[in-house]
Amino acid sequence: MATEAHGEATGLSFHPMDQFIVRPLFGDGAVHWYTPTNVTLWLFLIVAATLALLVMGTRGRAIVPSRSQSIAELAYGLVHKMVADIAGKDGLKYFPYIMTLFMFIVFANFLGLLPMAFTVTSHIAVTGVLALSVFLTVTAIGFIKNGAHFLDLFWVRSAPLAIRPVLAVIEVISYFVRPVSHSIRLAGNMIAGHAVIKVFAGFAAIAAVAPISIIAVVGMYAFEILVAFIQAYVFTILTCVYLKDALHPSH
Amino acid sequence: MEGNIGELGQYIGVGLTAIGMGGAAIGVGNVAGNFLSGALRNPSAAAGQTATLFIGMAFAEALGIFSFLVALLLMFAV
Repeated sequence: MATEAHGEATGLSFHPMDQFIVRPLFGDGAVHWYTPTNVTLWLFLIVAATLALLVMGTRGRAIVPSRSQSIAELAYGLVHKMVADIAGKDGLKYFPYIMTLFMFIVFANFLGLLPMAFTVTSHIAVTGVLALSVFLTVTAIGFIKNGAHFLDLFWVRSAPLAIRPVLAVIEVISYFVRPVSHSIRLAGNMIAGHAVIKVFAGFAAIAAVAPISIIAVVGMYAFEILVAFIQAYVFTILTCVYLKDALHPSH
Repeated sequence: MEGNIGELGQYIGVGLTAIGMGGAAIGVGNVAGNFLSGALRNPSAAAGQTATLFIGMAFAEALGIFSFLVALLLMFAV
């Protein structure tokens, strides 16, 4: 029973990581920087979905909101409250950037959950650019707003003088690890969830465990819908935390 | 039973990185459990602390994701 479902190389009939391969949209040639790939297609769909929700949602501007308007208002309110609560009132100047990040990641995660879809945020190349842009923006804001006082972030004045140099080393390391952990957290969660779904789906080829595997796929899928939102939320909230550190570096 | 010893070590290493993910699981559970026990003592203050909860969970989870990444690199990149 088990042998007919097995492939040659691995134990499964398809490889769980195959879904993350970048392929050209047309033909089978090599992928160059100008080749339209499945990543290009799904990036375009993400932008189209974001535009559709926000432009169509705010077009009516009714007092009693329609369904798309209430979703757009909920998203706006969520991010606005997050920025105001964590980064403070002076952080609201950077609200458009954070709202853009949130909408992009939330749509990338949700569209990636569609069957046969490509999850753009599962690639560190994509999340790395997002995290690096946040890191560079926040560092630039910190130095422009506070000048050299931004370095107070690393020189903890509330600690005794003797251990301040040690703390400074730790703070500097943790500051530069931020873009790494920021990007890998999102990409890792997306890779892990989608790979687990595909592993369970691979077991469906074996008749004896097929019902259990289908139930497991449904359960994991429901969990992934939650994770898709939470990871977008976490990415945005950490951006707000980093922004707060840049605006008010002296703890 | 053929195969080289390097491949054996590679798979053992991948299995060992799963321990790291287990540690992250304990950490995330600890964050959520402590939040819940605090929230049940003072439910009126709980709603304002959900952002802190998610930040704490994200930091605890990141290290598990790192070990998952090491496992992926060992499996497919080394």
